[in-house]
Amino acid sequence: MTIIIWIIQLIFVPTVSPLCIGVIKKIKAKFQNRQGASIFQPYKDLWKLFHKDEVISKDASWIFRVAPFIIFTITIIVGASIPLFASFLENNITSDFLFIVYALAIGTFFLALAGMDTGSAFGGFGSSREMTMSALAEGGLIFSLLTVSLPRGDSNLFAISGSNIVSETQFFLPIMLSFIGFFIVLLAETARFPFDNPATHLELTMIHEAMILEYSGKKLALMEWASANKFLIFVGLGSNLFLPFGLAQTADIKQIMMGISFLVIKMFVFCLAIAIIESSMAKYRFFRLPDILLISFILNAVAIGFIK
Amino acid sequence: MINMIASPSSFIFLLICLMVGAIGSLLLRKYDDIANKWSGIFGIIGSLWGIIFSISAITIGNNQSFTLGESGFQFLSLSFNIDALSAFFIFVISLIALFCSIYGIGYVKHFYKKYDIGALGFFYHLFLVGMLLVVSASNGIFFLIAWEIMSIASYFLVVYDRNDEQNVKAGFLYLLMTHVGTAFIISAFILLYKFTGSFDFEVIKANVGLIPLFVKDIIFVLAMIGFGTKAGIIPFHIWLPAAHPAAPSHVSGLMSGVMIKTGIYMMIRIFLEILQPVPAWWGLAVLVVGAVSALIGVLYALTEHDIKRLLAYHSIENIGIILLGLGSSLMFSSMNMPSLALLGFVATLFHTLNHATFKSLLFLSAGSVINATHTRNMEEYGGLIKYMPYTAFFFLIGSMAISALPPFNGFFSEWLTFQSLFEGIKLLDFPQKWIFISAAGSLAFTGGLALACFVKAFGSTFLARPRSEEVMHAKESSFSLKLAMGGIAVLALLFGVFSGPMISFIKKIGENLAIFKNAPALLSASTQGVGLENGTAYVSGPAFFIIFIIVAFIAVIFVKYLINKNQKIKIGATWDCGTDLTPRMEITSTGFARSIILIFKGLLKPSIQYEIDYQDSESRYLQKSMNVTLGVEDVNNSYIYKPLQKFINALSVKAKKIQGGNINAYILYIFAALIITLFLAL
Repeated sequence: MTIIIWIIQLIFVPTVSPLCIGVIKKIKAKFQNRQGASIFQPYKDLWKLFHKDEVISKDASWIFRVAPFIIFTITIIVGASIPLFASFLENNITSDFLFIVYALAIGTFFLALAGMDTGSAFGGFGSSREMTMSALAEGGLIFSLLTVSLPRGDSNLFAISGSNIVSETQFFLPIMLSFIGFFIVLLAETARFPFDNPATHLELTMIHEAMILEYSGKKLALMEWASANKFLIFVGLGSNLFLPFGLAQTADIKQIMMGISFLVIKMFVFCLAIAIIESSMAKYRFFRLPDILLISFILNAVAIGFIK
Repeated sequence: MINMIASPSSFIFLLICLMVGAIGSLLLRKYDDIANKWSGIFGIIGSLWGIIFSISAITIGNNQSFTLGESGFQFLSLSFNIDALSAFFIFVISLIALFCSIYGIGYVKHFYKKYDIGALGFFYHLFLVGMLLVVSASNGIFFLIAWEIMSIASYFLVVYDRNDEQNVKAGFLYLLMTHVGTAFIISAFILLYKFTGSFDFEVIKANVGLIPLFVKDIIFVLAMIGFGTKAGIIPFHIWLPAAHPAAPSHVSGLMSGVMIKTGIYMMIRIFLEILQPVPAWWGLAVLVVGAVSALIGVLYALTEHDIKRLLAYHSIENIGIILLGLGSSLMFSSMNMPSLALLGFVATLFHTLNHATFKSLLFLSAGSVINATHTRNMEEYGGLIKYMPYTAFFFLIGSMAISALPPFNGFFSEWLTFQSLFEGIKLLDFPQKWIFISAAGSLAFTGGLALACFVKAFGSTFLARPRSEEVMHAKESSFSLKLAMGGIAVLALLFGVFSGPMISFIKKIGENLAIFKNAPALLSASTQGVGLENGTAYVSGPAFFIIFIIVAFIAVIFVKYLINKNQKIKIGATWDCGTDLTPRMEITSTGFARSIILIFKGLLKPSIQYEIDYQDSESRYLQKSMNVTLGVEDVNNSYIYKPLQKFINALSVKAKKIQGGNINAYILYIFAALIITLFLAL
């Protein structure tokens, strides 16, 4: 039984993550009065890319070639180390919240290096912007995870999601504050509005798309897949640490099914929220972004101050 | 056997071995190659012996106190005391000296026929001896002599490449600042002597109760400034980014990796051992200093495009991180929570060791790049990964380790530092809690900014296309350089993967200090990983390393061989929008960091200057050429050092009035001074 649950936990993020992207695209299309592609389109795109030939720049080094594998591997490991639908799974070795933050930083590091590797102006600027954003988002990210870890003194993400602290009145306010802070970081780290435009191919504004501009074929598929995984990882963290409802507490088939359906509902709510944000507001000017990220950090610092 | 290795005579043998290296290379100075090899081989033997000696001394765990003869002076006694803490620093010094000596054998070759190789070997070994004496002396005066040997020897190493006027200037600044620092240290020792009646550390420790509290506070401030100047805390750091780049690269590695840690050693020795118990505000002050140094250090690093200056600023950042551990340790020790204090202490020592490894690795690989391209300017690099693949790989490992990416060693010591700050946030109340929150926030941002800085450093040095002719002629470095870099790179990985055994080893050192003697266990470390007993904080180096390799292996097999085996890979040109893509279109290191600099413009004060040459100077419509100078103002310089300099200059002008050059007047001064002294003496 436990083995089956672990297998579901391991493959959940990579199998479901393209669906999230598809759902967001569908909702956005509806907002624009379009029919939109099927929500399964991202799977078809990945399949198509995996079967294409590749073009690699002659300036690229081995960093460019190994980066997609490293980034993808990191998202798989992190995806298996966060609570998704069950909080009783005890993963002691890779679920420390600081570990998750720094493991994700490995992905960012190689993504930015791969962007610089081909020597294109777009890639370089994409890397510079990405590193600026992620450096400033780091404070908010660590502090928001710290806020939920403080009440019980737990650093393990499964333990945090199992303790259900948000239902205690004294912790409700700080955790909601830090949830807002976390949501801002989520938008920044997953390259969403108002930080980045995931649909753009306009060179002047893009961040994430600029870094992967030179990729094609299988490596592009891996990059796209990894960024979908990263999106689902952040959604999973947001929904299960700050709003830990419906997670399976024991290895019971009914509870597991409930956990999965709760997760799917929460994922849908997150996708809806992001699609609404993307459809209703403009991307911010680059130098306004630090202000929002600083708000995230300050909200979290205040939240920590509230926790006694 | 082990008792024999850890005996005093074995330590003396270590010093003699290095002195033979020093004097031998001076005697052989006529023959460049022999002098260099002599110096290198004695460096290697000495540091290997140092490693064996220090490990056995820690394993045995008892103090080695001994005195070398009578000095003939009243206050000076050549007394040593090697306890586990000293042995740990001897270990760090010897470990880094081993790789720097190996590196030196190949690296120094480009100085042949240009400078005196014998002198380099002499000062190199003298520098090592000085550092070893500093961490083992147990008499204040003897310590100061050792401190001066270390400082002066390193000064001569900084100005070694003396044809460059910049280096001579940097050396002077270093000499000045280090002596300002020494002045503060001397004052601290004199105060200690006044109240305890001795310069001997053991006697001072026994009589520490005689020192009034406010004098203790003054001693703390003096020691903090004095040792902080050597460690490079902000705002006493200005010599560091000037002096470290000027020295030959293997010496820079030693200076940045080890020498600045002697300041940390003395802080630990004085604050955590000799002056115990300490008031709570000391810990908070150290935390604030650490938080400021870490954040500002990394911001200045981002503004640099000189590769060695960039690394030097990162030393300031890492000293800040070390001080965060030390500050929380002091704070907890003053609140009588020894197990938490031990956590902070272990974080301090482990980061000291880790920073020594990856910083010297980075300096050595930077030296390898500079040796091949003859410039320190990162704007003139680019694409070096194709010309120097080994150096690039080692620099990448160093970058990942210093950016605290698991499974390299930097992550585990930063994790411990974070944990000790988190414990402070959990336990303390307003206002101390907020100092811990700001310290943790500073550490979080520092981590992110350091990552950005090393993407910049690695990317603009090794990736994309060459931006100058020099790069295209660059060749991979020789075997001894690769061996030294590879050795430390392996250590950076091993200290991370086996962080558990390392941490329990360091914990044992802490338990030898009096204040941690009966600390209940909080930190649990085993081969599998490191964790805290009071919660679920747990990280595992080997597990992540193994899982990462397995998952990556599966991903590669899956993508490469299972899906579509007959995929073709074509080599093409980078997308160029239809123009000719030149190296000028790549992002440079200045461009990369510009947005972060503009975000922090309140602190960094970026400036931009245009110098435009017009075709027709009257109409001013058509530009012939334009020079744009981007700059960053050093706040410390403009708000602290410039006003200070002005003040001293004004004072000197005033003092000129009594120095008229008239000998009669001078004789009068001497006479007056004599009379006053006589009256005072009576």
